[in-house]
Amino acid sequence: MILQIEDVLCTFCGCLCDDIRVEVDGGRIEKVRGACRLGSSKIMGHNRIKSPMIRVNGSLKETSYDEAYRKAAEILVSAKHPLLYGWASTTCEALKKGILLAEEIGGVVDTTTSVCHGPSIIGIEEKGLVGTTLGQIKNRADLIVFWGCNPSEAHPRHTLRYSSNACGRFTPDGRKGRKVLVIDVRETRTARNADRFLRIQPGTDYEIISALRMIVGGKAESLPEDIAGVSRKELIEIAEMMKGAKFGAIFFGLGLTQSRGRYKNVDNALSLVSELNSHTKFVIMAMRGHYNVTGANQVLTWSSGYPMAVDYARGAPYYNPGETSCCDLLSRRDVDAALIIASDPASNLPRGCVEALAEMPVIQIDPFENPTTLFADVVIPSAIAGIEAEGTAYRMDGLSLRLRKLVDAEYPSDVEILQAILDNVRRLRDDN
Amino acid sequence: MISGRTLAQGAGCEDKMSPLYINEVSCCYLSEEDYRALGISDGKNLLLTSPHGSAVLRAGVDKGLPQGMVFIPMGPWANMLIGTDTNGCGMPGFKGVEVEVTPTDEKVLDIRELISRGR
Amino acid sequence: MIIKGGIVYDPANGIFGEEMDICIENGRIVEDAGGEVIDASGLLVMPGGVDAHSHIAGPKMNTGRIMRPDDSRIGTEPRTRVCRPSTGYTVPNCYAIGYRYARLGYTTAFEAATPIIEARHTHEELEEIPIIDKGALTLFGSNWTVMECVRDNDLGKLAAYVAWGLRAARGYGIKIVNPGGGEAWGFGSNVKGVHDPVPHFDVTPAQIIRALAEVNERLRLPHSIHLHFNNLGRPGNYTTAIETLELLKDIKPSRMRQVVHVAHMQFSAYGGTGWKDFESKASAIADYFNQTNHATMDLGQIIFGPATTMTADAPLEYANARIGHQKWSNHDIELEESSGVVPWVYMRKMPVNAVQWAIGLELALLTNDPWKVVMTTDHPNGGPFVNYPEIIALLMSREKREEEMKTLHEVVRSRSTLPSIERELDWSEIVIMTRAAPARILGLEDKGHLGTGADADVSIYNIKPDEIDPSKDHAKVKVGMSRAKYTIKGGAVVVRDGEIVAAPQGRTYWVDAAVPESDMDRMLLDLKEKFERYYSIRMSNYMVQDAYISNPFVVRAGVQPLREVI
Repeated sequence: MILQIEDVLCTFCGCLCDDIRVEVDGGRIEKVRGACRLGSSKIMGHNRIKSPMIRVNGSLKETSYDEAYRKAAEILVSAKHPLLYGWASTTCEALKKGILLAEEIGGVVDTTTSVCHGPSIIGIEEKGLVGTTLGQIKNRADLIVFWGCNPSEAHPRHTLRYSSNACGRFTPDGRKGRKVLVIDVRETRTARNADRFLRIQPGTDYEIISALRMIVGGKAESLPEDIAGVSRKELIEIAEMMKGAKFGAIFFGLGLTQSRGRYKNVDNALSLVSELNSHTKFVIMAMRGHYNVTGANQVLTWSSGYPMAVDYARGAPYYNPGETSCCDLLSRRDVDAALIIASDPASNLPRGCVEALAEMPVIQIDPFENPTTLFADVVIPSAIAGIEAEGTAYRMDGLSLRLRKLVDAEYPSDVEILQAILDNVRRLRDDN
Repeated sequence: MISGRTLAQGAGCEDKMSPLYINEVSCCYLSEEDYRALGISDGKNLLLTSPHGSAVLRAGVDKGLPQGMVFIPMGPWANMLIGTDTNGCGMPGFKGVEVEVTPTDEKVLDIRELISRGR
Repeated sequence: MIIKGGIVYDPANGIFGEEMDICIENGRIVEDAGGEVIDASGLLVMPGGVDAHSHIAGPKMNTGRIMRPDDSRIGTEPRTRVCRPSTGYTVPNCYAIGYRYARLGYTTAFEAATPIIEARHTHEELEEIPIIDKGALTLFGSNWTVMECVRDNDLGKLAAYVAWGLRAARGYGIKIVNPGGGEAWGFGSNVKGVHDPVPHFDVTPAQIIRALAEVNERLRLPHSIHLHFNNLGRPGNYTTAIETLELLKDIKPSRMRQVVHVAHMQFSAYGGTGWKDFESKASAIADYFNQTNHATMDLGQIIFGPATTMTADAPLEYANARIGHQKWSNHDIELEESSGVVPWVYMRKMPVNAVQWAIGLELALLTNDPWKVVMTTDHPNGGPFVNYPEIIALLMSREKREEEMKTLHEVVRSRSTLPSIERELDWSEIVIMTRAAPARILGLEDKGHLGTGADADVSIYNIKPDEIDPSKDHAKVKVGMSRAKYTIKGGAVVVRDGEIVAAPQGRTYWVDAAVPESDMDRMLLDLKEKFERYYSIRMSNYMVQDAYISNPFVVRAGVQPLREVI
């Protein structure tokens, strides 16, 4: 029997599109409609890890779930300071279990936030965030600025659903009624579709933002003719474009957070937007990558007070990004075991951190094999959240949505796996 | 050198052992001018060396890039070149790493070789 | 369970400090019971505390936490055998909220403002708050559908939308914040008074408020409309307050309660033409409440020290950020609201803060009927709720007020009437303002009293009302009220000697209101189009699912039966 499922959520990027149509036949997903290439490739699915595995004499051997849970619990209980890392591509419910586990074993919970928008959060700690839900931008914005981000490749439906090309109540003409400005170091696909592209030198975002703040603040005459390779005249035009908008929105990406200046770039951009509100309405939003990285921050925040890099070794949450963040912990060799869930640090962390990780016992929970599997000691395959398991995820603007289960899974969910590990940890503790 | 997302990197990133993903993230991109200047149109690979490490990648052209810049889709190859220092904020410098680029006859490593080299 | 020998205050049942036993069975107060005996000989016994207006869950709380790692570091307590770890002072984590309320002897708290579209997040946090019962009020004051129904004068459709919105949000009642202002803020402006039209919508705040109040009574909701006035936080705004209350005088309540509850009255009782001649108008407000019977208020008392302001009044937060040179978070909510969060510090030597402090106390002391007043700090806007014992001590002791005033800026003497107020509240009045009145105002029939059948939520304090004089022994009052000797929640002891001994999951209250199908159908037709054209999510993904409320308590309401209407 063919089943048509409407309004499915796409669990790929932070857009968390919720208008996907999926055709299920005989418990298998046969067709995906309305999703982008990124989303459909995920929903259609591909090679899975078939069975739990444990590394024996250097190679992974298939085993039972019970044995894998037991082994995972042993690793966590015997570790002095384990790292529980990932969480961006699973449900909030999974992270809730993970936090409880970390509390009980004195571990560190960090999410992929630390290596994507972690600096944005530090910027928000400094300045606050003048934000909105995406629908407000769709309905009102007449100026969209993409700064150091490339939605054409990273968030393909963003422009149509939420930003430059979306139609709304006060923006009936969509793209035609809007100006789009792209600021980047390279001419991306997004830049090629913009009304205006400002190319800046790598690592000069801070200077450019500072100059714009001075112009917006009425101090243009104090600026030199050339600011980090951009003419003052051009920046004055851009500042006028911003002040002249009825509702402006800046979307920023890793171009700000991963380049020179890091959180200071974001801090400065947040200040610019705050100050623009003396002239007109302006908002700013981070383009979050993984579909539930925002949710990971939310859950960790209401549980611990802090959005990422939370260390429970002291019994109470301790947070100091740059000290308790995964890269720092790994490069200092300050953790001695790792549980990696729904992420792939082997591909996404610097070489030195991957080396450190490869040296310690690693538990991996993931539906799919990835380079982290190559050195994991316990591999536990899981159901895919949003396809085979229910749960909650938060869109990049902070809206929470419920993921549905579309087909039955042959695998336990992340929540079930973590609960089983937690049960084993408690049993081992009681035995000792 | 800057690293970042691409459509193909993203489409493959939930299937990271697939050739689609591996091919995408083991390739670096240069401006047309730089590509020509290096004389690698005969299919030679590039050896990229940073203060933190080195890696051999295939090379391609991205017309959107200015001269003097290399772009690598985020992934294990780019990360061979990136340092672990976060300047006290948790974030390593994934963008804006100075690299030396030289044509090489060495082959691009298989993902297994690359990761085990990291061990 | 039997609580033996306590001095019981249960003003809702006419008990004002009598020695008597309280019996509990199956989570309720009963005539007779056996089992565990709790010795409360000579101790102060009262119903569990009810907070009718507090910001404890949802996006703005988390925004506050993320903005303020400095605050999270205060109040850190490691996990125990019973408790998850606690953090924070003005923006505590979820666990701390539950434990701290319970330690104060509070067993119920209502989140005061949730946009429908973000209600799922609110419930995710409410679920994580241990021990206490809770509910969340739903924001309707700048909502496109609401304003269009008001413009078209279609109250049937508006009632259908409100009923649907409460169900979608699993909400408890109608919250209105700076009506119209949230929409105007969408393009960076505001409304300046109740008759100032909302841009693009051709309605005024006065029309929105009145229509929602009428619909509230048509739907016979347990609570009245819960209103945050226009112009809140601005000098001279007491006239807006009275003008707004006058709009609602002729509306008939559908239940035995007020027709409007005023949120954090303190912030709307200001005189003066600017901050320089800022003064208290609490006496004018209290006079108004003394002469009328349709309104109740909660205080929004300020507490000196750090606070975190968070409200759906986004233009106010913009102004706060500019005045205080503070970091500023704003959050607009498509088609429904806007909001903001700004950290704050109230300072004793700051003239405005000193007067604000006096206003809250004046309101409580000058309003004759304690049933019209709920003690709150509008947590964490005026300061964190953990300071309730400080306010109780202030209200019970003129001596303490005098001592405090000596430490404040001198304008507190010239710009408020507090120095001349002799009234000292007694225990019955305190119990009314912290238990009986908030329960009655919210329409929680089984709370705020200890009659047979009531929820077995009881607090017992290490205070012997027959032996201490709160007027003189105010320090003992404050200490005693800060750590309950026992807190009993739903018949289970959750606090013993000020420590958490159990952390059961509380209930979540929400209101399911019935409306005529024809009105609902008409309304849904319009609403579907809003989702197709304007919302950024699909209608089928909008409503809060049952999975988010593990322990619901559904209050039924609905349009009055036809014969009553005639």
